Amino acid sequence: MGSESKGTARQGGGRVSNLAWIFFSTLLVNNFTLAMFLGLCSFFGVTSKVDTAWRLGAANTFVLLITAVSAWFLNTFVLARTPFLRTIAFIVVIASTVQIVEMIIKKFLPVLFRELGIYLPLITTNCAILGLALFQTTRGYTLIEGLVFALGAGFGLTLALILMASIRERMDVADVPAMAKRMGLVLVVASCLSMAFMGFAGMGSG
Amino acid sequence: MTAPAAPLAQDEPFVPGAPPPGPLWLDAWGGIAQNNPVLVQMLGLCPLMAVSNSLANGIAMGIASTFVLVGSSLLISIFRKGIAGEVRLTVYILIIATFVTVADLTLAAAVPEISKALGPFVPLIVVNCIILGRAEAFAGKVVPKRALADALGMGAGFTLALCALCAFRELLGSGTLLGVNILGPRFEPWVIMVMPPGGFLTLGIVFLIMGWDLSRKARRARAVAA
Repeated sequence: MGSESKGTARQGGGRVSNLAWIFFSTLLVNNFTLAMFLGLCSFFGVTSKVDTAWRLGAANTFVLLITAVSAWFLNTFVLARTPFLRTIAFIVVIASTVQIVEMIIKKFLPVLFRELGIYLPLITTNCAILGLALFQTTRGYTLIEGLVFALGAGFGLTLALILMASIRERMDVADVPAMAKRMGLVLVVASCLSMAFMGFAGMGSG
Repeated sequence: MTAPAAPLAQDEPFVPGAPPPGPLWLDAWGGIAQNNPVLVQMLGLCPLMAVSNSLANGIAMGIASTFVLVGSSLLISIFRKGIAGEVRLTVYILIIATFVTVADLTLAAAVPEISKALGPFVPLIVVNCIILGRAEAFAGKVVPKRALADALGMGAGFTLALCALCAFRELLGSGTLLGVNILGPRFEPWVIMVMPPGGFLTLGIVFLIMGWDLSRKARRARAVAA
């Protein structure tokens, strides 16, 4: 999904425009949540308040950036000779990274730690993180490209979380039919959001 | 959150939080019906929507997930007394990742074109919440026999829900099933159904129908009580 057009963009411009293209394509065209279905658990689970959505997005972006660096390191120095260890190596690195980030935040930013609560350890099983590492590998990004990719993915996730949370806050006070009280309406709204993001699809090819 | 250690050495020691004992078929049936991982617990939505645009993908994904679920549940259940409570999640993830690697390489060797279509979603089975959820809630606390029954039931429940979704999306989105044209040449495909919004929409419709059924039942119960 979406990896085909990378080659053409690269011929078009210089280094900076290539990076910008990676960023905006990940942010809007191939939005991790709305177009590639990564990180849906947190998307549906914790988007009932804008405040939480915002913080979770920030924490996710942070972990994504660290993952991009570790994935690049693993790809360059370890996995070149042992490709079959890819999945195992990535998940171990991600799990320990999240653990370390959790400990650091707990030590130095206890307030933030309390606010994030359970969402922080849950980032380990967020498919967006592992998905980023895998996409980065299959597309053969360099370190800088990977970092920009992670930044775009993180901002994209945050954007989707905030949009969804704002809509759900409004939906709470709206009078909806009883059959739509549970997840049904949320999924239909997600579908509309996703359709709106499809409007960006022509951007990369221009 | 941490499960207390279970140092008892009897055959069936009491483990806090373990599922209540019951017949094996009930363990298996739970995953298909009243505890369906997708429709009731709402787990594993990412792979569900990402690969459900064609039935062939869905079947491959369902089989791969079931294989990982059964293998990891069995192994975790066999070694449940040897896994220390503090590091159990790490051990579970490692076991799951091993089975996922096996499934990934097997798919790539046996059905290369499907493996290519699924792309990173096969390795992403590692972070499918259903599998870790079952390891934590069930397999780590019961005898292998029950863990196997539960894993088979959950796998079947996931595969059934996935295939139903795939069939619906492929039929409306391209007018075909497993690549065979069903609806004829006059049918104008609803392209949106095989695009990302179609995934959200299909599952949304399923949940709307379930919600409608629930509210109807509630209304009827109220009418009986009154």
